[in-house]
Amino acid sequence: MAKNNTLKLKFDSSRKLAPAPESKSVANIAERYELFINGKFEKPSSKKYFKTINPATEEHLSLLAEANQADVNKAVKAARTAYEKGWKKTAPKERAKYIYRIARIIQERARELAVIETLDGGKPIRESRDFDVPTAANHFFYYAGWADKLEYAFPNRNPQPLGVAGQIIPWNFPLLMAAWKIAPALATGNTVVLKPAETTSLTALKLAEIIQEADLPPGVVNIITGAGATGAAMVNHPDINKIAFTGSTDVGKIIQRAIAGTPKKATLELGGKAANIIFDDAPLDQAVEGIINGIFFNQGHVCCAGSRLFVQESVYKVVLQKLKDRMESLIVGDPIDKNTDIGAINSKQQLAVINKYIKIGQQEGANMFQSSCALPGKGFYCMPTIFTNVAQSNRIAQEEIFGPVLAIQTFRTDDEVIEKANNTAFGLSAGVWTDKGSKIFNMTSKLKAGVIWANTYNKFDPTSPFGGYKESGFGREGGLHGLGAYLKV
Amino acid sequence: MNNLIPDFTQTPRIDQVGVEERAARFTKRSLKNDTKINGLKLALNMIDLTTLEGKDTDGKVKQLCYKARHLHDAYPGLPTVAAVCVYPSMVKVAKQALGDSGIKVASVSTAFPSGQAPKDVKIRDTKFALQNGADEIDMVISRGKFHQGEYNFVFDEIAAIKEVCGDATLKVILETGELGTYDKVRRASDIAMYAGADFIKTSTGKISPAATMPVTLVMLEAIRDFYYKTGKRISMKPAGGISKAKLALHYLVMLNEVLGEAWMNNQYFRFGASSLANDILMQLMKQRTGVYQSADYFSND
Repeated sequence: MAKNNTLKLKFDSSRKLAPAPESKSVANIAERYELFINGKFEKPSSKKYFKTINPATEEHLSLLAEANQADVNKAVKAARTAYEKGWKKTAPKERAKYIYRIARIIQERARELAVIETLDGGKPIRESRDFDVPTAANHFFYYAGWADKLEYAFPNRNPQPLGVAGQIIPWNFPLLMAAWKIAPALATGNTVVLKPAETTSLTALKLAEIIQEADLPPGVVNIITGAGATGAAMVNHPDINKIAFTGSTDVGKIIQRAIAGTPKKATLELGGKAANIIFDDAPLDQAVEGIINGIFFNQGHVCCAGSRLFVQESVYKVVLQKLKDRMESLIVGDPIDKNTDIGAINSKQQLAVINKYIKIGQQEGANMFQSSCALPGKGFYCMPTIFTNVAQSNRIAQEEIFGPVLAIQTFRTDDEVIEKANNTAFGLSAGVWTDKGSKIFNMTSKLKAGVIWANTYNKFDPTSPFGGYKESGFGREGGLHGLGAYLKV
Repeated sequence: MNNLIPDFTQTPRIDQVGVEERAARFTKRSLKNDTKINGLKLALNMIDLTTLEGKDTDGKVKQLCYKARHLHDAYPGLPTVAAVCVYPSMVKVAKQALGDSGIKVASVSTAFPSGQAPKDVKIRDTKFALQNGADEIDMVISRGKFHQGEYNFVFDEIAAIKEVCGDATLKVILETGELGTYDKVRRASDIAMYAGADFIKTSTGKISPAATMPVTLVMLEAIRDFYYKTGKRISMKPAGGISKAKLALHYLVMLNEVLGEAWMNNQYFRFGASSLANDILMQLMKQRTGVYQSADYFSND
């Protein structure tokens, strides 16, 4: 009989699926977008515009206004006026009506938003359609419900809004992060100046249109586009009461320094290098699916991605074989195709970062495996990649790569894996796979991570708080905890 | 080494939430144009066209066999189904009616559907079907004994039927709708494969739920693990509840992504179904003509 190691399943490329592209006709993208300030789209005082492209094809999509200091001042002033003159006095249940309205319009325009999210950011349409857009709507629905119940959320504390919130969001979940930030801010009676990431601003600007359509009073939400300098102007603006930032740990540290000594409050949701831990009694086929979801969801552009895999040695070979087989069935390609599992890397710069780490991994002596599918000729793509034979001291096991690259290590005992999993500067998330309930509780109480999934991975819900420890930041978003971050209590 | 029988109380565990989520993911694949047409034709070629009723007669079986050979003459070049599946008493009729068409005759056996009969009755039942010309035997396992934890009994019974079958193909029906959990589906799959099954099959079609995608996925994963352990390819047959072409395509997507190219033919995969064929024919005609035709244009045998 054939030996174990010579057997191989064939995932023949001859059975490639015919193209099944989602129609782009619903995506109504203007040639140029202005800044959304005080309920109107206004030209930037910088008079400068920058390009946004489709990372899957490198095609030009639109021009975006670059907000400078004067524009930031204008937006903050609009938010301040809206706060003082009306929004903070608006009856909570009236605030809720606006938020519900936004949620419903997002649902109505779901298809358009999904297609634009995919065109602008490179994520597969399957994800933007089934995850990003519905979850964004859910966040508005959820926080709309809280708006008139804040005294019940914080009994006897007389919760009051903070004022003007400056919100800076990343490029990995553009619309969803905007929803995470705007929905609780509005529900708690704050006004908002939001800056989306420069590579993925389009759905935030679509959200601005939706906010206009929902008839939200002018200035309550202002959305301004630009790069790092615009963000810096917001962080340093004296009339902003709270900074909510999601992004890299490096920028998070800069923000921390900038607001030190000021009365500004902050929540920072930063990087991660999560441990995904597979015990030998785990349901292995489902665990393998969890590894795939953990590291290849959204091309690995997920701060809570399960980028360090720990497999108990007694099942290591089996898990690795199953993982490789599963990787062979992943379809990498044009994100607008409904069959694509892994889309385009968000930008050329990010692709360069990922490739740098792939090179580092090889130089460090780890063994690399990549699936054998072909990549499109144009656009920014990266093969799903795993490294075995990795040590804790390897850079690919320590630093956040933010791409579809997994570092695999083995362990023998529970204590060993707890020590290794916690031996990182980050502490955002972790995953535990075992059939034993008591082991789950033991692990979750000892792992230093803000979010821990048991027998699943990368699950999000508006009712569940999300946030990290250590260099992964502080403060929580989502759930009841997410309200607290926008209130004086 | 490879002949070692594992301890069936220690079969791999299955997480319900995870396996259902994974199965749902296959339904997100969008099959268009050639991929769809090829998939539909392949599905047609994998059907075990089935009639298993108390009221079955020679006449009914003959009609079904004609249908098996001539699925839809308005569409030239269509494949035939893989087999016709009947009760043992109808095997002789079916065998004659199918003649040299290459379509196999499958017979249910072992006191189908309950399996509540003594071993010697089950063996005689099987021998009768084989003597009448059955090419394939679809046996049921003793679910009662399985629930009692009598795994050796279940194993031995399958092994005994396999011995009777000789060169005939043995399909082992787990009746997953009576097993209750995915863990037990996995365990029953392992028992059947190690005891000598050529196919593992979900259901009799007499119990609801019959085949589902998550159950089939658990069984496909068992087949994959068995293949890596022994080098032997076991075949899979979901049966019951698959009556729509679209669902059949979802199953094929799943098959292709779990077991790969080698299983994508009717030696290794079958659909046990009675009304699936007509829905596939309807879809094929739609692909060809651009419009849906009334169900009345497709023969019901």
